Amino acid sequence: MAITSIKNLKEFSTNNDRFEGSHLLCPGCAHSMIVRELMNCTDDNLVIASNTGCLEVSTAVYPYTSWDTSWIHIGFENAATAASCAESMYKARKRKGTLKDNDAPVKFVAFGGDGSTYDIGFQWLSGAMERGHDFTYICLDNENYANTGGQRSSATPIGANTSTAQAGSHSYGKKQKKKDIVAIMAAHGAPYVAQLAPNKWKSMAKGFQKALETEGPCFINTVSACTTEWKFDPKDTIHITDLATDTLMFPIYEIIDGHELNILYRPKNILKVEDYLGAQGRYRHLFKPENKHVIERIQSDIDKNWEMLQRREEARI
Amino acid sequence: MSTGVLGTDKRGIRELGAEEKVGWDEVTRGVVLNSFDGEALDIAHKKAEERDYSDFNSYVATVASWRIIKPVFNRDICIDCQNCWVWCPDTSIISRDKQMLGIDYDHCKGCGVCVEVCPTNPKSLLMFSEAKENEDALEEWPEKEKKTK
Repeated sequence: MAITSIKNLKEFSTNNDRFEGSHLLCPGCAHSMIVRELMNCTDDNLVIASNTGCLEVSTAVYPYTSWDTSWIHIGFENAATAASCAESMYKARKRKGTLKDNDAPVKFVAFGGDGSTYDIGFQWLSGAMERGHDFTYICLDNENYANTGGQRSSATPIGANTSTAQAGSHSYGKKQKKKDIVAIMAAHGAPYVAQLAPNKWKSMAKGFQKALETEGPCFINTVSACTTEWKFDPKDTIHITDLATDTLMFPIYEIIDGHELNILYRPKNILKVEDYLGAQGRYRHLFKPENKHVIERIQSDIDKNWEMLQRREEARI
Repeated sequence: MSTGVLGTDKRGIRELGAEEKVGWDEVTRGVVLNSFDGEALDIAHKKAEERDYSDFNSYVATVASWRIIKPVFNRDICIDCQNCWVWCPDTSIISRDKQMLGIDYDHCKGCGVCVEVCPTNPKSLLMFSEAKENEDALEEWPEKEKKTK
C-alpha cells in the first residue's frame, strides 16, 4: 500500500504521525499542519529536503530533530536540488541493486518557504523541474520572510505592511503584485501543479497523494497563514485560511500537464476581500480613506484572476 | 516528569536547551541525528508508544512551558470527528483507532486551534488557565447553547 485512505477524517486519523511535536514553530503555525498532512497521506518511506526557512530552523534545533523520516538540511536555495539528486542516486542504486531494500517504495519531497521558492531558490527549482526528476516540491507560502523578521518577498501581496515595505504617511506598504508561481511552474510543463490550502484538508490530501503518485516533478503551492507576521491571534489560523479561500485571495485549483486546469473548491458565497484584509494586522492601514484605492485594486485583481481561472477550466487548453 | 495519556517513561523529561548537550564535534557519523535507536524501517506502521525514540528526537522533549492557557478535553461531549487531530500544529491530539483519547500536554503550545475547529455544542475542547486543574475545569463546563433565531 502506498497511499493511505482519506475517505473521511476518522480513517485519515488512523495514520501514525511521523512529524513529532516539540518543534519550535510558533503556536498556531500552519506550516506544521501542512507537513503533518503530507506525511500522513502516504505510508511510503519519505526522503525530505528543506530549504532554510521557518520550517527548517524550527524542526531541527540541535540536539533535536522532529522528523521521523530521512530529512536533509540544506541551504536557502537548494532543497529542490538536494531532493532531485537524492532521487537520481536512488534510481542509480536501484538499477545496480545496491540498496538495502530494493523494493521499498521511496518518495522524494522538498519543502521551501515562499522566500526560498519565489526568490532565492527559484533558479534551482526551475532547473530541477526542467530536468524532470520524480519529486514533489511543496511551497509553504506565508507571503514574507517570516524567519528573519518579516521582510517583503515576491510572494507578498500588494498593500501588505512588511518590515522592508512599511506602510506610513508616504507608502501603503508593498507596491508590487504577487508573482503567480503556479502559472510559472505549470509553464515548465510539470505533470502536476496545484495551489492548496490546509483548511480544505481533503482536497489538500488528495492533491498531495496525486503529486506523490505522479511520475515527474510536481509543484504544490500551499497557503500557510503566519500568526506572527500577518498579525492575528494563533487560534484563528484556520479561520483566516477559510477567509483566504472564500474571498478567492487563494483560489484552490490544480493544473495537469501544464494545460488542464481544474478548480477544486468553489465557495458558496464569495466574500468581499475586506473580510480577509480586515482580519489581519498587516493590512490595517488600507482601511484609511486615502488607501481605499488599494483595496479596490486587490478586489479587481481577484475578480480578474477568478474569471481567468474559470475560463481556463472551461477551455481545457 | 509527566506520564500523560500514553504513559511511557520516555516522555516530557526535558526542557529544550536545559540538558547536557553533546558538543557539535562529538556527534557520531558526521552530523546525522538519528530519530530512532536501532532499525527504523516501517515506522509509518508503528504507533508512537511502540517506537524506539532516540534522545535526539524532539518527541522526548517538551515545550509545555510555552503555554499560559491550555485546552481541556471533555470526553462526554466529543463525537470523534477528528477535526482537532487534523489541524493540530503540534501533533498533540492523541487519537487511536478513530477515537480521540486526549491531549499531549508535553507538546501542546496552547494555540487554541483545536478549540476553534471543534464542531460540537457545547464545545468538547475549551481553553482554561494553565493553573486550573482539569477536574475543576470539567465541572465548570458550559451548558448547551440554545439556537437563537
